[in-house]
Amino acid sequence: MHIDWELFTPETALTGGAILGVAVAILLLLNGEIAGISGIVAGLLRRNNAPADIQWRLAFIAGLIAAPVIYSAIYFRPSINLTNNLWLLTSAGLLTGVGTGLASGCTSGHGVCGLARLSPRSLFATLSFMATGFITVFIVRHLLASTSL
Amino acid sequence: MKSISAFISGLIFGIGLIVAGMANPAKVLGFLDIAGRWDPSLAFVMLGAIGISFFAFRLARRNRFSVLNGLIKLPAKTEIDWKLIGGSLLFGIGWGLAGICPGPSLVLLGAGEIRILSFIAAMLLGFFFVNQLNARINSQ
Repeated sequence: MHIDWELFTPETALTGGAILGVAVAILLLLNGEIAGISGIVAGLLRRNNAPADIQWRLAFIAGLIAAPVIYSAIYFRPSINLTNNLWLLTSAGLLTGVGTGLASGCTSGHGVCGLARLSPRSLFATLSFMATGFITVFIVRHLLASTSL
Repeated sequence: MKSISAFISGLIFGIGLIVAGMANPAKVLGFLDIAGRWDPSLAFVMLGAIGISFFAFRLARRNRFSVLNGLIKLPAKTEIDWKLIGGSLLFGIGWGLAGICPGPSLVLLGAGEIRILSFIAAMLLGFFFVNQLNARINSQ
């Protein structure tokens, strides 16, 4: 293991994390809902949803989409480095939808909210997606990259 | 009111993701690349987020009621089953392929990264599949 100290940003990571925690607290204590993004989005696709239920979900999603616009306007454009490979993005999206749908949660629902309320279920979920996350990057960057693929 | 507080929560959540570096897929992949030049920053994101959320959930458990919307809805499921583990394992593969999870995908859309629509559309399709599957299991 070799830590890249130039890329390591513990202060902004901790600050950003604390800001996420504030957002979780607002949705939980004001709206009584869990800030799990996969659950909030997937809830839109349920049949026979009450209009009020659809409304808060869309409002939360609108906030997420507005965030980079407002951040860029008052601060600077955040650095983003996203792959151009549409097949990769589509496969990753499908795996994310099916996976977090089956598991009823993603990095926010299990990884933040679930761990914060000390749920064993969320601990197992988080360990599972972290494990395949590490393994997938290892295969893509170190095994496939070193062959002629 | 409920939509306003939800919008504000989403906005703060998105800004948190940007400040933390989670909205940059390259940064996320750097965290997942333990065998390469490892960037452990995202562990600190979890630390900060869980640190604050922990107290919010303690308060939620004590008060039981939210300010605007009645009883606070806490997840009731406790079973650790194949759907939880298998689903999480699949999600991790997707996360490792592109460095994107559901929250950041929406932030990337707002940042004008149009090709993220392919990820979001596929993710919605995935949610739809699972909804159909669950409906079938429940009707049996």
